[in-house]
Amino acid sequence: MSERLTVLKTYKLYVGGKFPRSESGRVYEVTDSKGNWLANAPLSSRKDARDAVVAARRAVGGWSGATAYNRGQVLYRVAEMLEGRRAQFVHEVADAEGLSKSKAADQVDAAIDRWVWYAGWTDKIAQVVGGGNPVAGPFFNLSSPEPTGVVAVLAPQESSFLGLVSVVAPVIATGNTAVVVASEKAPLPALSLAEVLATSDVPGGVVNILSGRTAEIAAPLAAHQDVNAIDLAGADEVLAKELEIAAADNLKRVLRPQPVDDWSAAPGTDRMTAFLETKTVWHPTGSLGASGSSY
Amino acid sequence: MASAFEYAPAPESRSIVDIAPSYGLFIDGEFTDAADGKVFKTVSPSSEEVLSEIAQAGEADVDRAVKAARKAFEKWSALPGSERAKYLFRIARIIQERSRELAVLETLDNGKPIKETRDADLPLVAAHFFYYAGWADKLDHAGYGANPRPLGVAGQVIPWNFPLLMLAWKIAPALATGNTVVLKPAETTPLSALFFADICRQAGLPKGVVNILPGYGDAGAALVAHPDVNKVAFTGSTAVGKQIARTVAGTRKKVTLELGGKGANIVFDDAPIDQAVEGIVNGIFFNQGQVCCAGSRLLVQESIQDELLDSLKRRLSTLRLGDPLDKNTDIGAINSEEQLSRITSLVERGEAEGAERWSPACDLPESGYWFAPTLFTNVTQAHTVARDEIFGPVLSVLTFRTPDEAVAKANNTPYGLSAGIWTEKGSRILAVANKLRAGVVWSNTFNKFDPTSPFGGYKESGFGREGGRHGLEAYLDV
Repeated sequence: MSERLTVLKTYKLYVGGKFPRSESGRVYEVTDSKGNWLANAPLSSRKDARDAVVAARRAVGGWSGATAYNRGQVLYRVAEMLEGRRAQFVHEVADAEGLSKSKAADQVDAAIDRWVWYAGWTDKIAQVVGGGNPVAGPFFNLSSPEPTGVVAVLAPQESSFLGLVSVVAPVIATGNTAVVVASEKAPLPALSLAEVLATSDVPGGVVNILSGRTAEIAAPLAAHQDVNAIDLAGADEVLAKELEIAAADNLKRVLRPQPVDDWSAAPGTDRMTAFLETKTVWHPTGSLGASGSSY
Repeated sequence: MASAFEYAPAPESRSIVDIAPSYGLFIDGEFTDAADGKVFKTVSPSSEEVLSEIAQAGEADVDRAVKAARKAFEKWSALPGSERAKYLFRIARIIQERSRELAVLETLDNGKPIKETRDADLPLVAAHFFYYAGWADKLDHAGYGANPRPLGVAGQVIPWNFPLLMLAWKIAPALATGNTVVLKPAETTPLSALFFADICRQAGLPKGVVNILPGYGDAGAALVAHPDVNKVAFTGSTAVGKQIARTVAGTRKKVTLELGGKGANIVFDDAPIDQAVEGIVNGIFFNQGQVCCAGSRLLVQESIQDELLDSLKRRLSTLRLGDPLDKNTDIGAINSEEQLSRITSLVERGEAEGAERWSPACDLPESGYWFAPTLFTNVTQAHTVARDEIFGPVLSVLTFRTPDEAVAKANNTPYGLSAGIWTEKGSRILAVANKLRAGVVWSNTFNKFDPTSPFGGYKESGFGREGGRHGLEAYLDV
């Protein structure tokens, strides 16, 4: 009896809640750490990047306007779905990064726990970084954090899943939407994450995932006038500088690449606050007491 | 409109200020000539009188000042926060003591009314130093983790519209957090920063902790690009801000930018008209409209347009323009000839594009740089006067019918610094404020500032916040 032939998956992009192929019709070969063929991933074009920005922009209103409680629920749902697909991701991460099953499992567990951690942040960050200010005068004012809008995220090149989750979750936890460029060499865990997001009540367009050549996709994103911020985690030094210069054109918020030895270390709040604006709203309080009148 | 009473002149005496015929650069605690001996003159915009001759910093001076700041950094950052706090409290106190002198000086050099320097700028300058003085020994509690570290040498470039206030916004948090400073004031308003150098001397501030380099854009560019500067802070135009963002690309320099704006002041049909008119006037004619967060676009609900404009025009007719040192003066001089010509050309463009221009009857003084308060009606969103930052006493009036339309029009700009909302309805204030893409939203008031309150822009109005706990982040390695 011959061995059963497995069913292979066609990996696709994730844009606006749908799974298109690259509009360019191109793919590139993805191999495991030993050079064995794993799949043909879409080789995204500049047009794919622009389409993803359109989808991300369209999703900003609904996602940033959702209650923080609701966003937390949705993020937690992602963690639930990831848990159910744990074995799949362990397998993919092991292939992608050349890790043993147990090392890959550690990575995936840490990634799932990270989703849970960020799920809990959605309705707390405003209290931690916002607040009322003691103004010297008959005024009341409040500073609140608000999402900056559409964030382009260049996922880390080496950590195909934990690194990816560590840069995507904080961006959307705070109400931004994301256009994510997956690790160039190891894009498959990212493309599979899209399947999880699509079944986790994350509205279409909130996260868009592209695979391909990081430099090729990042250039139009850094220069895009409708992108508000860019996380350069996945760019090398030369590319990062180029992209930062392009980003100056509309004064995008830029998170420069920070060397990360261990993605499983506690992340802190920096990746959330990097993509938050602070809005201060003033109003007179009146001065009834001062003038001697009463309430 | 003829006024019932004429005001007798009430000039503030300028004898309280002793302006030297020349000033040097302030580097490492000493006044010194520029390396290449260059000087420039600073004039009073209201009279074109030359006030003083100032050493003009060049690249070599920037290098010298950064070296001095670097040397001073070691000891300054190692001081206990409580000691740094005391220096800042001393500075705040001396500013209060000398506030009349500084107000007159600022009015002479900048052209803004004494009423504003005396009652707005100087109290806020002192308040900023007091506020950040108190942070110096409490940084562990600021929310950035235990023992947050300073960045090093801060290169700061400030504009001419609020010379001393912008200095305070930059220097107070920088020193409180343990950084040392090289600050370049604008070429048209260097004097108050040089007087501040003297305040540092009186306060006994260690040499090199604060360095002041008057000069032009080239000195600012050299400072921003200097490899030994760890932090860049800039307030000024969006165009220069973009250039700075390109310059620091690929470096580890931390950067904050406070840039231009085209603030919308939204008046709903239930707004208290008289208060709204005061707020509109304050929003666009404060400091001759030379304010980055000015409410330069008035969005008025169509149903009350006529009533509001009548009131506004009546109010504008009572504004007094003239000698900035006169305590009755509402509108002073435009800061420079260059700025005046920019305003003039944008206003001419507004007329050419078909917007309707109106100014109250207004005599302009013979000498100096002046521009009458100006309104544009029949303005559409496509008009230059509705899109470009004019940075002058020019208000563009647009209309809207629904709150959604007001929000869409208010947000229809690459800028995102300020906005105003006028309505009696609390839920509408909150709903609209929520949707506006602006760093500061004033409801039923305008142009209010306080050192405890973060200030800064969305979008192309820059990034980072100044003021409050948030203002510390820009100067800490977090």
